[in-house]
Amino acid sequence: MNSENTAQTEGPKAYPSAAPLEFRHVGKRYPGADRAAIEDLSFEVPAGEICVLVGPSGCGKTTAMRLVNRMIDLTSGEILLDGRSVTDRKPAELRREIGYVIQQIGLFPHQTIAQNIATVPKLLGWEKRRTEARVSELLELVGLDGGLGRRYPSQLSGGQRQRVGVARALAADPPLMLMDEPFGAIDPINRERLQDEFLRLQSEIRKTIVFVTHDIDEAIKMGDRIAIMREGGRLAQYATPDELLAAPADEFVAKFVGADRGLKRLTLSHLGDIELADGVVVRVGDAAAEARRRAADMSVEEVVVIDGGEKPVGRLPVARLNGQPVSADDADPLAAIGGRSTSLRDALSLVVADRNRPLVVVEDDGRLAGLVSLELISDALRPPGQ
Amino acid sequence: MSLALPLAQAEPVIPDFGRGSSCERNDDALFCWSWVKDNWSDTLQPALLQHIALTLIAISIGTAIAFALALAAHRRGWLTTPVVIVTGFLYTIPSLALFQLLVPFTGLTRTTAEIALVSYTLLILFRNMLAGLAGVPAEVRDAARGMGMTESQLLWKVELPLALPAIFAGLRIATVTVISLATIAVFVVDEGLGDPIYNGLQQTFSTELIAAGGLCVLLALCSDALLVLIQRAISPWARAVRR
Repeated sequence: MNSENTAQTEGPKAYPSAAPLEFRHVGKRYPGADRAAIEDLSFEVPAGEICVLVGPSGCGKTTAMRLVNRMIDLTSGEILLDGRSVTDRKPAELRREIGYVIQQIGLFPHQTIAQNIATVPKLLGWEKRRTEARVSELLELVGLDGGLGRRYPSQLSGGQRQRVGVARALAADPPLMLMDEPFGAIDPINRERLQDEFLRLQSEIRKTIVFVTHDIDEAIKMGDRIAIMREGGRLAQYATPDELLAAPADEFVAKFVGADRGLKRLTLSHLGDIELADGVVVRVGDAAAEARRRAADMSVEEVVVIDGGEKPVGRLPVARLNGQPVSADDADPLAAIGGRSTSLRDALSLVVADRNRPLVVVEDDGRLAGLVSLELISDALRPPGQ
Repeated sequence: MSLALPLAQAEPVIPDFGRGSSCERNDDALFCWSWVKDNWSDTLQPALLQHIALTLIAISIGTAIAFALALAAHRRGWLTTPVVIVTGFLYTIPSLALFQLLVPFTGLTRTTAEIALVSYTLLILFRNMLAGLAGVPAEVRDAARGMGMTESQLLWKVELPLALPAIFAGLRIATVTVISLATIAVFVVDEGLGDPIYNGLQQTFSTELIAAGGLCVLLALCSDALLVLIQRAISPWARAVRR
């Protein structure tokens, strides 16, 4: 994806920033139904954050999302977008200010990709030139070739169509986006790519986003905050992914996030987030006696060998230090190397695979950054504030 | 209606009015090109133009009525069944009987013929329009509303364009049907290709029947092809190559 921040800083008009969203004791009861579809739902989404609504099917997460742009009208409480109640607005007018992405995408088959993306600008009566400029800007933003603008949706792949759906929702630079299982119909490999792309895009455009999914892993990956909902449209817990995994509010939440929630938490942190251990490091050419003394001081059985450029070349058991200066040939080559962006979960896997020996971590330029041990990883799992 | 009277050969002073071509006098050829040439401008061409007019009027009025009915039924689903019953009933009435029923009210006029022709188009056009509108995928409607289209914008910008292929399929059937049905309008009004066909049936000379019948078939084929071309031109997306 192209990373130029065109949507925010350029264009014919200063784009509005993201807006905060608030649910206040929101309820939805269908006439004649004995149970409410949504009951007393209250939470706040700060501007520019992704709030994921997640829960088992029938929990009312999609209904809750559709209350925001009045595709469904609430029956009690209020929803405030940028401090203003959505029920005070005309539905069509309100919806033009809110991006809308659904699982089946719903591209218009009779319009070209460019016409599809131009839908909301046209409804808003933008000038032709401004709309055209915005369309090519958006195609680039979501990583699509400009030539695709003249194609019809049936000529695109599923992943391309999904990108067009996102571009179309972003067209008028709405302060809020609603996304209902946007990657649900995509195969796992492409889904992961689209998720990563979307997170990168979001880091540029910083929209307030309400994201609906039934997949807790997707929720943890995409959400700044997660609202777990349960049957009857009630909120079970509203928290950041880390809080949710560290301290589930009740058994329902604990069960929904899964028994492996500790491992899931590890995916949230990266080696760059924790303090690495220094370990014992010796340079190629150092005297053996000096290396032995330092290993003894720290009471370790192995030292890490680095070359002249401070790049790690291997591990050297102390027993192999035999009077000759330290040489790279004596060291065992490293089975794996971690980076600052390696997740703790991946790091744990590498440590375990290497008979629990600490993982060697390097900086982006390949220089040694430090070591990460099993103890450091399990320390990171302690609930926040303890 | 004018009958082709064989002219006396022995009277060269009587000018040839164009109806007495040589093969008609010989009366043994199945088809006589010179007769067609001689009678094009005063018999076949006017009949063809009248036939086109009869068809165009019937299809235009039929489309307008069916369109209004289809929109109403699209908004209010309960209307579909009564409309299908009424138009279906009209469709089943034998055409000659319908003429008989109408003549006491509208007389032996073009109006009588058009009422009958229009009533045969309604069922076909209505059903196809409704099917086209109903065939718009639910997610496309949802996305259109979710982006802030009003109901009328949804109809004109999304639903109708997407229904066009189905609407045109109905138009093609209705047009071909009306072109062939319009030949029996000759029983109430002296218009259209039905006139020379009827004429040809009453004589042993077969050229007039074959020429007029052939024109009718040709008109149907050309109209159908024209409608296909129009449909392709206004819905290019329907033929976009899939990847």
